[in-house]
Amino acid sequence: MKDLSARILNMAQMRGATYCDVRVVNRTVQTLGVKDSRVQEMVQQESQGFGVRVIADGAWGFAACSRDDYADVDATVNRALQNARASALTKTREVRLGQPEANKGVFRSAFKLDPFMVSMSDKINLLLKADSEMRRAKPKNVHLVTTSELVFVREEKTFASSEGAFIQQEIVESGCEIQALATNEAGEVQTRTWPWGRHQQTRGFEFVLEQQLVENAPRLTQEAVELLRADACPALDATTVILSGNQVALQVHESCGHPIELDRVLKQEASFAGTSFLTPEKLYHLQYGSEIVNLTADATTPGGLGTFGYDDEGVPAQRIEVVKDGRFVGYMTNRELATEMNLGRSNGTMRAESWNHLPLIRMTNINLLPGAWKLDDLIADTDDGIYFDTNRSWSIDDKRLNFQFGCELAWEIKGGKKTRLLKNPIYTGVTPIFWRGCDAICDEAEWVVWGTPRCGKGQPAQTIRTGHGASPARFRNVKVFSRS
Amino acid sequence: MLGHEKLEQLAEIALGHSKADQTEIVLRGTDTALSRFANNAIHQNIFESNVTARVRVILGKRTGVAESNDISPEGIKRAVDMARAIAQLQPENPQNARLPQPRAPQQIDAYAANTADCAPETRARVIEQICRPAAAQKWIAAGAFRTQAYELAVVTSLGTRVYHRGTRADLSAVIMNDAGTASGFASTASPDAREIDARAVAQRALDKAQRSLNPIALAPGEYTVVLEPEAVASALQYTAWHTFNALAVQEERSFVRGRRGEALFSPLVSVYDDGTDRAGFPLPFDYEGVPRQRVTFIAQGVAREVAYDTFTAQRDNVASTGHALPAPNLTGPLPQHLFLAPGAASQAELVAQVTRGILVTRFWYTRVVHPLHVMMTGLTRDGTFLIENGQVTLPVKNLRFTSSYLDIFKNTRAVGRETHLMYDERTEMSFRAPALVVDGFNFTGVTQ
Repeated sequence: MKDLSARILNMAQMRGATYCDVRVVNRTVQTLGVKDSRVQEMVQQESQGFGVRVIADGAWGFAACSRDDYADVDATVNRALQNARASALTKTREVRLGQPEANKGVFRSAFKLDPFMVSMSDKINLLLKADSEMRRAKPKNVHLVTTSELVFVREEKTFASSEGAFIQQEIVESGCEIQALATNEAGEVQTRTWPWGRHQQTRGFEFVLEQQLVENAPRLTQEAVELLRADACPALDATTVILSGNQVALQVHESCGHPIELDRVLKQEASFAGTSFLTPEKLYHLQYGSEIVNLTADATTPGGLGTFGYDDEGVPAQRIEVVKDGRFVGYMTNRELATEMNLGRSNGTMRAESWNHLPLIRMTNINLLPGAWKLDDLIADTDDGIYFDTNRSWSIDDKRLNFQFGCELAWEIKGGKKTRLLKNPIYTGVTPIFWRGCDAICDEAEWVVWGTPRCGKGQPAQTIRTGHGASPARFRNVKVFSRS
Repeated sequence: MLGHEKLEQLAEIALGHSKADQTEIVLRGTDTALSRFANNAIHQNIFESNVTARVRVILGKRTGVAESNDISPEGIKRAVDMARAIAQLQPENPQNARLPQPRAPQQIDAYAANTADCAPETRARVIEQICRPAAAQKWIAAGAFRTQAYELAVVTSLGTRVYHRGTRADLSAVIMNDAGTASGFASTASPDAREIDARAVAQRALDKAQRSLNPIALAPGEYTVVLEPEAVASALQYTAWHTFNALAVQEERSFVRGRRGEALFSPLVSVYDDGTDRAGFPLPFDYEGVPRQRVTFIAQGVAREVAYDTFTAQRDNVASTGHALPAPNLTGPLPQHLFLAPGAASQAELVAQVTRGILVTRFWYTRVVHPLHVMMTGLTRDGTFLIENGQVTLPVKNLRFTSSYLDIFKNTRAVGRETHLMYDERTEMSFRAPALVVDGFNFTGVTQ
């Protein structure tokens, strides 16, 4: 890798690049899936290649290729330079990167059980057992579709730059999901998922074992079936809601994580992902949430899906404050935009999906710091409200202000007790108003670093893995209704 | 892009190395160039070249799949060995699908050298045609211009030998004011980059943006809407996915299950999928090498056929319609070349039919709330206007909808005559659709 990266850096500089970096990536993804008691999916995908990013004539260019013979390397470097010079035809300012980042280092994510050393037979048997447990709980009058999936990723990445950086990283991820989908003759469709969508961390197979897929499987079917005959969530203009930890995680992702991306703020994503309501004049001034709301962007969270050693500009992983005592205090930045906005050194959030993608500002682990409540105490403290659990649908506007989330199930809370299962629950709100209504957050015992492995952004579209530490939290004056 | 001969050579190496009962090799090559602009300048400018080999081996009632972009002979053989090892490690699946028998697809020339060879300087000049007029009037343009060449070969041990190459060019732009309170969107797409009319895109996006200043807030509720083609494409996409997919029918989560032949939709609506139609982005066979059939989902309001791949077709004892995704595929057969047949009305005539309603340029962040009814939520974006007495009058703050996409096709009152070609890279689906007038579309919220 060192030879290839040195050759590319040399070629680019000799041909006029004033800055160049190269990432050489080898990525393996193993996916196993079972559906309705049958193996549906056993796939191993391997992808390798290199991406070259250059500045020439004061503008950016990027090119990537899966093949590394001399002719392809030569052509790819030329294409990156040609792209940069074409960008320069329209430039309105020169790209500036601030102080050089000449870091050297090695990072390996921690794991106890290498998931690629666990036999595929053992993995598929785990899924078949979980599937069997889901199907065992099926009543006769219900049509049931059961699915389960394991995903394992190993990414080996070498980064080198014309500023002297040379970094090697190896990141291993493990993810899992089981789901029971129940339908009845009335056309009702209900889903229960565990742990939530696909939960994933930068850990080994021990992460999958901790999720207790088999033990939780029968409950999923039972709950999906119960939901078929449950009452619909009532329509209320203002009520109290408690969100499960995984729903808080998605709420953080959509309404905090995306709007603090500085490229969105500066309209670089305006045509696709959109912009942000957190415009620069709001930094240090906006009361984003109540005083108990504290959020960080932390690429060092152990096991987080957004955890790494260095970003794809070679900047070390960092933990920054985003919201402190409810006040908005920080963006996620990169070298160019941190320089442009006089925000000091980049806080290291540039990541690309793989070798063939351009790094973008992406969420690391956007964490809502734990509060002091026990979940049981929080429910007992709620006289009249609704508990929402496990996301089912999510939608938010292009400025990340107006959101609407549907969950798989809800519980009515009356007099401090869960009293009635509710189906098809939806809540909606406006980001800062919603977070200012947060009056209780559960403690570390309930705090989980949830993984969101499918965060989309950019053109061409990129999917990145992000994490969100979160525990259940309570919000006042929330509008709720049912989809039905 | 390696070309037909080279891809077949690689496939033959794989087939020669495989000792499985059945073997399928899917080779995909893409060269993608994309110039992205924001704040009236190109800020991202990329080129990507990749070739992947996906190997499916079938050993009795077991299937293994491996994919690699190491296309050296050793790399291809490793992928075959990996697929075989994976297949050997699993229990038998009584419903394991066999590979389809060879069928010859149409040969369709969908490759435009002007697109494949489009230089970044050319893309920059096209983008300038958007940024300059925007900047001259103190507006901000953002968008992307992509030119892509692709090739696909499917070769199987049963004798399938199919190859296709094509090109895509697509340009989209959002023009907005500095405050971000007014914006307009426009797009265009074609297999041939010479047909990309950047001036028209700029004019349309700028006109919408300028008319979007100082929007009023409308109360949520049911409105008659004029849905422009981008919004119609969203409805086609999710309806095809959740309704006209044989797997959804077999799993009892499709609205048309047991109702085919019934007049479920407006008689003005006809929807079909045709991977051989040159008015789209043709790809005449699917990822199993099966020729794509024209499949009519809605014929003048009547629910007709659904799309099949080999697995779902074997379950129903019918022939695949050529809608397989790469194996293994848990999504089911996917229509990827959708058409909504045009009507007779011009855009002005569509608007003229509406006494009070809303014109929607496009939807954003659309998500399924209930799959059976294709109940969706999402927002309007980049050009939402009030229609009064047959005229577009005032800009409207973006609205959230929670409404069934099936109801769009049920409640269609008029269909436009001009169709628009669109492409979604995430699902590799293309759409050619006109604008529609739809009654009773349910808006459930207003944005700030």
